[in-house]
Amino acid sequence: MREYMTTREIVGPLLLIDSVVDVTYGELVELEYPDGTRSLGNVLEVNGSVALVQAFEGTRGSNPAGTKAKFLGRPLELGVSRDMLGRVFDGLGRPIDGGPEIIPEKRLPIHGSPINPTARDFPDDFIQTGISAIDGLNPLVRGQKLPIFSGSGLPHNELAAQIARQSAVLVRSDRPDVVGEKMEGEFAVVFAAMGITFEDAEFFKNEFRTTSAIERAVLFLNLADDPAVERIATPRMALTAAEHLAYECDMHVLVILTDMTYYCEALREVSAARKEVPGRRGYPGYLYTDLATIYERAGRIKGKHGSITQVPILSMPDDDKTHPIPDLTGYITEGQIILDRNLHRRGIYPPVAVLPSLSRLKQKGIGPGKTREDHADLSNQLFGAYARGLQAKELAVILGEAALSETDKAFVAFADAFEDRFIRQGKHEERSVAETLSIGWELAALLPRSELKRIKDEYVEKYLPSQEG
Amino acid sequence: MEQGRIIKVAGPLVVAEGLVESKMYDLVRVGDEGLMGEIIEMRGDRASIQVYEETEGLGPGDPVVSTGAPLSVELGPGMLEQVYDGVQRPLDVLQAQAGAFIARGLSAPALDRERLWAFEPRVKPGDAVAGGDVIGVVQENVVIEHRIMVPPGLAGEIVEVREGEHTVTDVVARLRAADGTVHDLTMMQVWPVRVPRPYREKVSAAEPLVTGTRVIDTFFPVVKGGVACIPGPFGAGKTVTQHQIAKWSNAEIVVFIGCGERGNEMTDVLMEFPELTDPYSGQPLMKRTVLVANTSNMPVAAREASVYTGITMAEYFRDMGYNVVLQADSTSRWAEAMREISGRLEEMPGDEGFPAYLGTRLASFYERAGKVRALGSDGREGSVTVVGSVSPPGGDLSEPVVQNTLRVVKVFWALQDQLAFQRHFPAIDWLTSYSLYLDKVTPFWAERVSPEFRARRDEAMAILQREAELAEIVRLVGVEALSPEERVLMETAKSIREDFLQQNAFRDDDQFSSLAEQDALLRVILLFRDKALEALSRGASLEAIFSAPVRERIARAKYLSAEDLAEFEAIASEIETQLVGGEEEEPASVYAGGER
Ligand SMILES: Nc1ncnc2c1ncn2[C@@H]1O[C@H](COP(=O)(O)OP(=O)(O)OP(=O)(O)O)[C@@H](O)[C@H]1O
Ligand SMILES: [Mg+2]
Repeated sequence: MREYMTTREIVGPLLLIDSVVDVTYGELVELEYPDGTRSLGNVLEVNGSVALVQAFEGTRGSNPAGTKAKFLGRPLELGVSRDMLGRVFDGLGRPIDGGPEIIPEKRLPIHGSPINPTARDFPDDFIQTGISAIDGLNPLVRGQKLPIFSGSGLPHNELAAQIARQSAVLVRSDRPDVVGEKMEGEFAVVFAAMGITFEDAEFFKNEFRTTSAIERAVLFLNLADDPAVERIATPRMALTAAEHLAYECDMHVLVILTDMTYYCEALREVSAARKEVPGRRGYPGYLYTDLATIYERAGRIKGKHGSITQVPILSMPDDDKTHPIPDLTGYITEGQIILDRNLHRRGIYPPVAVLPSLSRLKQKGIGPGKTREDHADLSNQLFGAYARGLQAKELAVILGEAALSETDKAFVAFADAFEDRFIRQGKHEERSVAETLSIGWELAALLPRSELKRIKDEYVEKYLPSQEG
Repeated sequence: MEQGRIIKVAGPLVVAEGLVESKMYDLVRVGDEGLMGEIIEMRGDRASIQVYEETEGLGPGDPVVSTGAPLSVELGPGMLEQVYDGVQRPLDVLQAQAGAFIARGLSAPALDRERLWAFEPRVKPGDAVAGGDVIGVVQENVVIEHRIMVPPGLAGEIVEVREGEHTVTDVVARLRAADGTVHDLTMMQVWPVRVPRPYREKVSAAEPLVTGTRVIDTFFPVVKGGVACIPGPFGAGKTVTQHQIAKWSNAEIVVFIGCGERGNEMTDVLMEFPELTDPYSGQPLMKRTVLVANTSNMPVAAREASVYTGITMAEYFRDMGYNVVLQADSTSRWAEAMREISGRLEEMPGDEGFPAYLGTRLASFYERAGKVRALGSDGREGSVTVVGSVSPPGGDLSEPVVQNTLRVVKVFWALQDQLAFQRHFPAIDWLTSYSLYLDKVTPFWAERVSPEFRARRDEAMAILQREAELAEIVRLVGVEALSPEERVLMETAKSIREDFLQQNAFRDDDQFSSLAEQDALLRVILLFRDKALEALSRGASLEAIFSAPVRERIARAKYLSAEDLAEFEAIASEIETQLVGGEEEEPASVYAGGER
């Protein structure tokens, strides 16, 4: 063991340690402060005999003279095992539920390794979340990374919990016009909390408990009053566990990471302490790359049964989508579900802003066999019509209802009905895709038929409810 | 082979001492695992090295061995249909070695050393040859004939030729230079990625690269050998547009660089391209494609190298006389890689932390595009078209990467998120995009498409611009304020937007339009406008005009295929009968021609 008492400087979460020998980049360090406080850390930079160490659990209680640093000769690892299911860990992977220590099947460095692009299998299995705003318009696919962009006070937790509770894969259907049956009990959930409140964490725990999903869940909790720098490790702990469950234990894993904003703030804190040249709004220039090493750990691998689907949650500072955190996330993930304060104020749950939301893998996950033949066309049409309805509404605000043409009025009526019947649904209401699609068709019927340009004629013939009278 | 020792490790950057004889850009092997790295700064005997693999576990004292040669790529048969990482390691071979995850310290030659290729000589002993001359060919696959060239810089007399099956390292010919030395020629050349491959001269490019995407081909065309950029916020459609170009453009070779983007997008190409048929060759698209995949989670230094790896391979195919399209998605991630390395070198930062040399690096990269007369005595021409996507933070086009790119590219396809939200795809904003090649391609259009194509295109553009002005009025005072003629213009603009510009990349019957189809489609849209105005002047009501059933046919005309060109004629005569009513004067003459 190489133990040093040569700390020269402590700046924020960082320690500069002198006269070290054989230290390597990324090496794990055990720190002990004069008051007995301990913290894990890792080496961010090593220059000759000087090591720069970030303390995951903070530097409170440390001082240069009395701090002991032990270099452990290995990177930060997580001992993984199938037995992690049903357990609760802290942000560094230590059990906090009073249960026994995990006997690891193996110890894995939490950074993981990039998936070789040639080994990936393309995600194309539709996940039925039972939520129309998602299934109908922005469907989630197994192996996808689809974040929720939210804001303070918006019901992202409820939505994430509903997704975790209801998600299921459908049996492939051999008829283009019939949706396959739901397969039960498919998903394990790995949940990582970064900087969220105790209350929010309890909400999730209770959700998992009451639905007995807890037996199929692994929780990593770093809460608001836990050390901030620890958050940098937490999502990687979670993903290391998820990779083990997916690729070694053949499970389909849904990973919920919340709140990525606090993760990024921790990264900013370290970067500032290192006096790095800041990028936009003080976030480090490598934020994109850093986030990618988290989000890209979603996917499917050829020849493996399991998969990792990610639903990261982030709160947009000021509801601003161009803020670096949502912006860089959007550049990496395969779409985004955006929550809207206006819809929320009007009492619509889930308040999904349909137009700027997007699932990029949608065309791979829907259609005959997977959902239904008319799904793609119908969802395009609903999008188009809703966009036009909103435009007409804006016009009406300026010029008055009277200025609208008959067609525009039909679109306005459509937009209202769409929000009320399609987007709005209960927190415990689970709609099958077939139900979602029929609501969509009922709404399409509110429009003049000649306006249904984005749907193939044969589907209009087949699925449009016949107008009464 | 000089050896030094690491003294510092900071992320992807390693500093070593004791490398006195090494040169800038030399390739080095770092640590006991022999990780690949490249010298990017030298001060005294201290070399700063960017390492192409994860550096965790490296520390002071670890060895660094210089290879004495710069980072280079292997060029020869076997590149097509391959996927390489940013430093040209074949990813399928790495997978076979290490499994689904990329481990450290792997190495594999870019070109298969075992595979035999049938070499057909094109020269015989006694022939005088020089750099660029084709000494033989290999039918690399059903589509591409790989031309084996004398490496640049060599010249002399062929003294021996070996026809038959050879590996890329076998000697296929021998050449005696003027000074009497004899050189062995193989089918493989090695070329340093940061040095542009030489050519005889650049020539002016005037032939459009037909992409099959209507808004590009008709409104903002790029030429074979041109440079285009496609900036836009996330989710606006950069990658889809680039994939469309990779799939349907009439280039002979496509090099696609996934530079710091998603793994799944690469997988998508890998799974889809072998299944898709190239409309020009009738063969799977993959046969003409080379992929460079250095995804966002792969090491950032290799991302920096990936664009050079890609363009060097593109230039090599150009030198054979092919038209190559090189796409880099996304150049912003490349710029960020430069920024990260520059930050670790503690260089003086410029705008937004990017290094001060960002502009010159971007410019010299795009400068490697162009149409050239290649080395070699046969005067063959080839081209590299470069299309780079740009991912500006927050969609803000004033940021440094966009601004520096706009200085050098000639085509700007501006993607707009508002259009994407309305699912108007491709979300290329017709009001701010431009192409400086328009006048260059006009003669080609006149000769090969139709003499009126340019005029039609300009007219449609004018209509769209007028629409934007009128839309402002409508927003303020309502549609009633417009004259009937203006209402017709608004409807025509809408038809141009919806029936022409909108193009669904995921519909088989929409993703590709030939120039002839594009011309025919624009014709009927404008013809409807002409006839609508005529009908109006004869007293027809706007309502009657706008509800003419033929409009439905116009809306669906984009789904017609190249074989259905006659359909457009039918639509044209239907416009006549429905708008001009009984008095059909000369219906067929309104739509002249159609076959091409
Ligand atoms: N021509 C098109 N036809 C149909 N859909 C399209 C088209 N272009 C884009 N889209 C839609 O937009 C989505 C996003 O497109 P794309 O992935 O190309 O965005 P991007 O600009 O590359 O984003 P990022 O910067 O995050 O990579 C696609 O998944 C698809 O749903
Ligand atoms: Mg993209």
